[in-house]
Amino acid sequence: MFEVIGERINTSRKLVQSAVANRDAGYIIDDVKRQQEAGANYIDVNAGARIGHEEEDMRWLLENIQPNAAVPLVLDSPDPTILEMAFQMMEKTPMINSISLEKERFDAMMPFLKGKECRVIALCMDDTGMPVSSDDIVGRADKLVKELNAIGIPTGSIYIDPLVQPISIDSSKGTMVLDAVRAIKKKFPGVHITGGLSNISYGLPQRQIINRIFVTMMMDAGMDSAIIDPLDRKIMATIRTADMLLGHDQFCMNFLKGVRSGAIAS
Amino acid sequence: MSKFLNIQNHLIAGEINELILDVKEALSKGVNADEILNTGLIGTMDIVGEKMQSGEMFIPEVLMAAHGMKAAVEILKPKLSCDKIGSAGKLVIGTVKGDLHDIGKNLVMLMMESAGFQVIDLGVDVPAETFLKAVEENDADILALSALLTTTMPMMQKTVELVKEKGLNKKAKIIVGGAPVSQGFADKIGADGFAPDAGAASKLARSLVAAEQTGC
Repeated sequence: MFEVIGERINTSRKLVQSAVANRDAGYIIDDVKRQQEAGANYIDVNAGARIGHEEEDMRWLLENIQPNAAVPLVLDSPDPTILEMAFQMMEKTPMINSISLEKERFDAMMPFLKGKECRVIALCMDDTGMPVSSDDIVGRADKLVKELNAIGIPTGSIYIDPLVQPISIDSSKGTMVLDAVRAIKKKFPGVHITGGLSNISYGLPQRQIINRIFVTMMMDAGMDSAIIDPLDRKIMATIRTADMLLGHDQFCMNFLKGVRSGAIAS
Repeated sequence: MSKFLNIQNHLIAGEINELILDVKEALSKGVNADEILNTGLIGTMDIVGEKMQSGEMFIPEVLMAAHGMKAAVEILKPKLSCDKIGSAGKLVIGTVKGDLHDIGKNLVMLMMESAGFQVIDLGVDVPAETFLKAVEENDADILALSALLTTTMPMMQKTVELVKEKGLNKKAKIIVGGAPVSQGFADKIGADGFAPDAGAASKLARSLVAAEQTGC
């Protein structure tokens, strides 16, 4: 089944930032509950935007979110010290967001991840920047899976983010990532594919229709998770429907449940 | 501008074959190549920039127009009075250290070239010292800094500080941009300008060097 990572608890979002600055726990808890009700399978928590306050903000957010979250959390920070603190607070096995092949980040994250029981998002980014071809994405994914396997993280706990790029700057950016996802899944059938989707439509009008059709195509290629706003009803309905069409919904039960609750409509 | 109406329309529509015919026709009628470049092509790219800013035109259309512009300039090149390409000024551009994003930077670059700037691209993950060296060596008129991450915005500040410390900002105006960057941030770190998108950036750069325009 497709896994939705709810992206809303991020201090770069204005309302979240002011709630965090004012220690308004009610706002945060309410947002988390709404994401869960909408079908989020994970809640991402990012406290990076108030520079100099990340550690205390992350601690406060987790203290308030954890007792109210039925689903596991995604600890979203580039700083292993903050991740270590956050990891120690976790009751359910968390997901770590993220490691990449950028040397500084890679060298900082590997010792942190070693020996930990967790899931991890692995970005296909390296010191040369964004990948430039399908083969480039696959090569980076291959390296990430092997490096993570070598420190004891099983393939099934790895979530590769192939880095979706805007089709407005190059019409081949859609097929580039679709082909890469197919190849990665062929090479590592157990690995997960996740990431943001809305980059695909950057620079174009009517972005939502692009995002919805793109997620469907990505799911067919093998994407089984995404970092999105679960309160976007249309994209959630698209995902649940596509999941059924791809054979991941026994007796169409989830689809029907979605229709009855009003979450899915034609 | 009216005598360049066809050039304008075809450049905006991204109809490159027609644009080339327009440029050849203007030349055969005896229209000065410099005028075709400055009024016809660069003038139209200003309109493209404005239409991008206002949301009437979208990135792929702007890219098409920039390609058209390049093709037209190739036709004009042998007939220009001097090396007019890049006569708007020299611009050093890059994404600051720690940041590997280049899409926005590349768009800005394209618009700057279309606006007549000679662009020196330092790429991504550029240390402050490298910016400094490039500004110095090229005697740049504009230094354009890009950042997409909140975590790399402080590097912008550091770069601006270093450029000022060396006194290079007297000639080179510093402009900043990128998703998390704002006018307020630009003011705070002492940059000379901020642009929210590529269309606005080329306009800003032109206005900053306008006072020192000398032609060729």
